[in-house]
Amino acid sequence: MVATGKPQYKIIGTRPRRPDGVDKVTGRAQYGADIKLEGLLYGAVLRSPHAHALIKSIDTSKAEALDGVHAVITNADLVGSGQTVQPATAEALEPGKASPRWAAESILAGPKVLYHGHAVAAVAADDVHIAQDALELIDVEYEILPHVVDVQDAMLDGAPILHPQLRTGVRAAGVDTRSDIETNLASHMRLESGDIEKGFAAADLTIEREFTSSQFHQGYIEPQNATAFWSHDGRINIWTSTQGSFMARDATADVLGVPVAQVKVIPMEIGGGFGGKIPIYLEPMAAVLSKKSSRPVKMWMDREAVFQATGPTASSYSKVKIGVTNDGTITAAECLFAMGAGGYPGSPVGAGVMCALAPYKIDNQVIDGLDVVLNTPKTSAYRAPGAPATEYAVESVMDEIAEQLDMDPIDLRLVNVAEEGVKNSSGTPWPKIGAKDVLEAMKSHPHYLSEIQGEDVGRGIAIGFWFNGGMESSSSARVNKDGSIALILGSVDIGGSRASISMQLAETLGVTYEQIAPQVTDTDSVGYTAVTGGSRTTFAGGWVVYELGQMIKAEMISRASKIWDISGDEITYSDEGTVVGPDDAEGNKRAFSFNELASKLQATGGLIAVSASSSHTTQGAAYGGHIVDLKVDRDTGKTEILRYTAIQDVGTAIHPDYVEGQIQGGIAQGVGMALNEEYYYDSDGHLMNGSFLDYRVPVANDLPMLDVEMVEVPNPGHPFGVRGVGEVPIVPPQPTIRNAIYDAIGVRFYHTPMSPRRVLDELL
Amino acid sequence: MIPEPKVVNTIINGDSKQILVSERDSLLEALRDRIGMTGAKEGCNNGNCGACAVIMDGRLVNSCCVMAAEVEGSEIMTVEGLASRDELHPLQTEFLDNAALQCGICTPGFLMSSYALLQENPNPTEEETRFWLAGNLCRCTGYDKIIESVLTVAKG
Ligand code: FES
Ligand code: FES
Repeated sequence: MVATGKPQYKIIGTRPRRPDGVDKVTGRAQYGADIKLEGLLYGAVLRSPHAHALIKSIDTSKAEALDGVHAVITNADLVGSGQTVQPATAEALEPGKASPRWAAESILAGPKVLYHGHAVAAVAADDVHIAQDALELIDVEYEILPHVVDVQDAMLDGAPILHPQLRTGVRAAGVDTRSDIETNLASHMRLESGDIEKGFAAADLTIEREFTSSQFHQGYIEPQNATAFWSHDGRINIWTSTQGSFMARDATADVLGVPVAQVKVIPMEIGGGFGGKIPIYLEPMAAVLSKKSSRPVKMWMDREAVFQATGPTASSYSKVKIGVTNDGTITAAECLFAMGAGGYPGSPVGAGVMCALAPYKIDNQVIDGLDVVLNTPKTSAYRAPGAPATEYAVESVMDEIAEQLDMDPIDLRLVNVAEEGVKNSSGTPWPKIGAKDVLEAMKSHPHYLSEIQGEDVGRGIAIGFWFNGGMESSSSARVNKDGSIALILGSVDIGGSRASISMQLAETLGVTYEQIAPQVTDTDSVGYTAVTGGSRTTFAGGWVVYELGQMIKAEMISRASKIWDISGDEITYSDEGTVVGPDDAEGNKRAFSFNELASKLQATGGLIAVSASSSHTTQGAAYGGHIVDLKVDRDTGKTEILRYTAIQDVGTAIHPDYVEGQIQGGIAQGVGMALNEEYYYDSDGHLMNGSFLDYRVPVANDLPMLDVEMVEVPNPGHPFGVRGVGEVPIVPPQPTIRNAIYDAIGVRFYHTPMSPRRVLDELL
Repeated sequence: MIPEPKVVNTIINGDSKQILVSERDSLLEALRDRIGMTGAKEGCNNGNCGACAVIMDGRLVNSCCVMAAEVEGSEIMTVEGLASRDELHPLQTEFLDNAALQCGICTPGFLMSSYALLQENPNPTEEETRFWLAGNLCRCTGYDKIIESVLTVAKG
């Protein structure tokens, strides 16, 4: 590990067992689909066989009559199911804003189905097989409409229109693309600074390239699930695997048109999300089925439904033009990115735009982003949403520039690298960032210095950036009489955050990790907490427990001041968790260990209970650089990864094992995007590969060991220097691998994935 | 229309069990929905992900692809039976200590597959381990720490 000016920590940087670990290796942990309630019914969902169609009629009577069926619902049951508040049904659309109706229609289709797999009706029955039988008895009459699944096609004049009321909105100053024509362009944004014409005029070399990428799915192994019970008193309990219990609660209340306080979400353990478990899908359906049947209803998706109907990432079209002088200095950049949002507006193009040029100092730049609706599932966030596509395009052009200038690709990047004080694309100066540290560590890494040999073997590099999120988090803590601490967390734990947050509380208080007992709780039992996503959980969760720690310290000092009968100003709380006062009149030391003082709390005013909510915007932006060696098989078109190294500025690695794990997991997903994964649609807009067999994610023998080197440039905006780490590593793999494939076989690719078929097409 | 339930006699993790199943239940559904043993997970329900892996009469199987009715008279071992009364299995300990799980949904399947691998081949190479475990998907870890853990346990 390369560390710059890191304080000495006792617990941070160690690798303790996670508190939820034993339950997870013994099969006892309760994930969403594991819940069992008395009288439980099982749900199933009827999905659209068409990519785009009007629903003329739905007849559910035969399904309702089937033995063992307790409830059948359609969109009509969803809207207006609330008893007290009517759902918003505003038809009028503000530019760039989603219609409130769309939230409900994306759960259960309204007048139209907008993609193959769009939910149309749902059933609750005694068991899952009966529920599935009932689906076959539902008669839906469709009028098939022309469809469009390709992002470039969807922007053409005369393309099939998904939402006749949609008009292009404006999200950034400077351009007005508002018009009166029907369009699939949901919004346009532009970031602009300097003077690109002057910039390009000053360039000695300008390269412009176009790129496209397919749709990728997050591929979490646990399908979406939700169990709901709508009680006769109107209270709705929902057990679900979600990345954000509060977000799921609020979104469900909105769709059902009930007050937020009527809904309680109990987050279950979650089997992966990567952004895909931020939106709700089944929660409102299960709730309404429960209301109709007066029984708890459990639903989970089959894998095909997960692929068909939960958010993949956007397909993309990119055009990137970069001008440089002969010494490699970038004089101007102009980029256009269009991303497919799926059936409803809201692709991650905005984030992609902001990330595209983030590694570099570029005075003259214009970046346009277009959000395009088309007949595919509504996209949702997927790890660094938007960034892999836009940075892939930029890093690919950078590689071609380095080649033409005959420069080392890392040197080209070092000439232009963003540093503290440089303005980013939004015009804000960077705080302390580690982009340069990462590039320097790449350059001196043994992998980069090693020789590569062999036929059709190549090496590539690229770097990647992601902002990392701040946002609101809440926690509470109680000090018990023996000094152990119950810690209540609002963030669901998707991969070790109970550990990383507890470690930060232990460090703050100078107590042991083992004496902290963390627990993730429901939405009624802790303050609002934003999603586990955006690489924010260890950052924001750490901030909150740091604040809790300060509150506990102050309270401990005040109790000692009572016992010793001296002013609190004379008492200090040491790093070891000892409360120390001045010697008494007889010269005896005054000191309590944390646990000693805890044993006196009940006699001095009661046990300590504190809670805190905070929202910090000082998250640290982060960079990673990847190096790959690979070999292309000219007979099969298959690319084999021989060696992979990721170097990343992680701020401070709280639990290094989980930091490495995040980076390795991100690489594996990025390798899947680069080489293999993609959605296939047939000419009718049907998803053709909705299974793990056909949408093939990397398996153990597709990958070598993935080497991780952590660079630690502490984030000055966090008490322990934490930067988010989870998303950065999915950004560099596509360009890294593309650049290496060129090195291996001399072919430049302009589409990802570079699947064996596409490689063969180029070679044959 | 509802098929007659049927009793299946099996031994699960050493205990004899009678399970009342629907003729259409898979072994995975029988375990999870009929007797509440939810250690085996459903990731795909068609044999592609390995999250539901259990050992049936000494053989590693994906329980979503076995009909419940087929297990009459069989011995089944699930992740719930891996630890002894007082001690975790070394694979469980190593997965924990080496952070071989992030979300953990794949973990029961990987533990059962790794257990079966080490029964069959107590000293596998990295390549053999990667091939054996290729039927188990993990989307979180990139496999490194899982492979390392299995190799560490094999070395003793
Ligand atoms: S659930 Fe059985 S293999 Fe995936
Ligand atoms: S740990 Fe999440 S799928 Fe393996």
